[in-house]
Amino acid sequence: MLGHTLAEKILSEKSGQEAKAGTITVVDVDWILMQDGTGPLAVKQIEKLGIVKAARPDHTIIFLDHASPSPRKELSNDHKLLRDFSQKTGCLISEIGKGVSHQIMAEKYINPGEVLVGADSHTCTGGALAVFATGMGSTDIGMAIVSGKTWFRVPESFKIISKGKKLPKGVYAKDIILYLIGLIGADGATYKALEFTGDFFKELPVEDRLTISNMTVEAGAKAGLFPSDRHTRAFLEKYGRKEKYQEIHADKDAIYEKEVQIDIEGLKPVISRPHTVDNTVFIDELKPVTRVDQVFIGTCTNGRIEDLRIVARIFKGKKIDKRVRCLITPASVDVFQKAAEEGLIEIFIRSGATVLPPGCGACVGVHQGILADGEVCLATQNRNFKGRMGNPDSHIYLASPATAAYSALTGKISDVREIL
Amino acid sequence: MKDVLKGKVWKFGDDISTDLITPGRYFHLRSDLNELAKHTLEDADPDFIKKISGGDFVVGGRNFGLGSSREHAPTVIKISGISAVLAKSFARIFYRNAINVGLPVIICDTDQIDTGDELIVSLTEGKIQNVTKKKEMDFPPLPKIMADILNEGGLVNYIKKNGEYKI
Repeated sequence: MLGHTLAEKILSEKSGQEAKAGTITVVDVDWILMQDGTGPLAVKQIEKLGIVKAARPDHTIIFLDHASPSPRKELSNDHKLLRDFSQKTGCLISEIGKGVSHQIMAEKYINPGEVLVGADSHTCTGGALAVFATGMGSTDIGMAIVSGKTWFRVPESFKIISKGKKLPKGVYAKDIILYLIGLIGADGATYKALEFTGDFFKELPVEDRLTISNMTVEAGAKAGLFPSDRHTRAFLEKYGRKEKYQEIHADKDAIYEKEVQIDIEGLKPVISRPHTVDNTVFIDELKPVTRVDQVFIGTCTNGRIEDLRIVARIFKGKKIDKRVRCLITPASVDVFQKAAEEGLIEIFIRSGATVLPPGCGACVGVHQGILADGEVCLATQNRNFKGRMGNPDSHIYLASPATAAYSALTGKISDVREIL
Repeated sequence: MKDVLKGKVWKFGDDISTDLITPGRYFHLRSDLNELAKHTLEDADPDFIKKISGGDFVVGGRNFGLGSSREHAPTVIKISGISAVLAKSFARIFYRNAINVGLPVIICDTDQIDTGDELIVSLTEGKIQNVTKKKEMDFPPLPKIMADILNEGGLVNYIKKNGEYKI
């Protein structure tokens, strides 16, 4: 018998039958999430069935993170609808200010070998913990909430292999995933699972894996998976659930559709230019000089404490360029609290940044930093589509927190290696 | 679900994101789908809604519907009266969402299709007739479960009828 990829392994376990790539399978889902942008429609679809119930309410979490707190009465009413649904069904609710769904799922809930589906495209973030995690629409999620099940076409997998052991100075997990998306394209992995392996990825902490898995959907992927290992165990232990650890990895003789190698030691800081994520360039090839009006640091991609520590190191004792608005949004309240305890928030305030409540912040184009016509934003988020930040006449560049922080000081997109 | 669709083509390029179809600045209209539908594809073509007639087709290039999982994107395309979306390839979530809301999505070579072309599409036969260009094209059938969902007009109706997923 042929070996299984990580995706096949998890889906075989969950469906109770061999789930080879290309087959259609029905699985029990362990966790379901929806948010305030997609949840109201899911609830309305559930109501069309004439029932209001959840198969596993204590494993179904509703996140009020996209418009948080609500900037408009229509969205306040959506929040109310979701709170009412939570009351009626017993589904858990994560209130405004608590943070982005994907960060909180990693901090509190998901464990290796599980299946997570979410009405949010970046649900794939959970792959960092060897969870088969993928985004769907409101109706799929509504039906999963009611039945506890969903169907999948088992994806073929690409094996993404790191070559080399150490990232060069000024280069981070964000640069790796931006580089990979640039390499294979915004549709390079459509319908596929990406599985990360190699010496470097094996030694990468889960926090960095979350950044990488988060953006695999930007190459079209259904899932971005890391096998579980001692780093996964350490992460679970840190968040108080080490007993949930199980080792799960692809078989040695697994069949991959494609292998892609990344030369880790040859990387430089990467910039993704407007208006597609795969429009990438190494920072030293970015021409001409690009002035920035806004720098946005946060999101499910790069709003973790490790990211904020990097930013604080760069900001300490320095002032943000007076023509730049720098917005910092911690990914969760846990991150926010740690940042306060460690003195990072004070550094941000002294440097002239604006610290915003945990949530999706400016990334979704709803509030907290909508750009003016013709303005340029450098962001640590995962998307730079036209109109993404609320104005189709603005320009979004993507980069790592280090590049974003240094650029906030200089007022233009800058190479952080200059100061390291 | 109607089997034979007839209408005029509105052609778009590659990478039409769900942000272009349903811009984030209309986030507050998501619970008012008819109002949201007035802004369908607004950031790809500001006049789109004014120009189209019921039954028309949206035709894209590669990776149609990439980005956010918002099901509002295929939903407003359907509400606007578009009968199907044709593209060289679709982003995964959009493709699945379209079927779930009863909007036919067709994978085919769209290089030879232009704005203004009249098409006749037969869903069961898998045929596209370009009346303007006098050309015919075949397209592959949907996987069975998706064809069944589309035939019911969407996933809610499918679940109402079957109670569960039949594979």
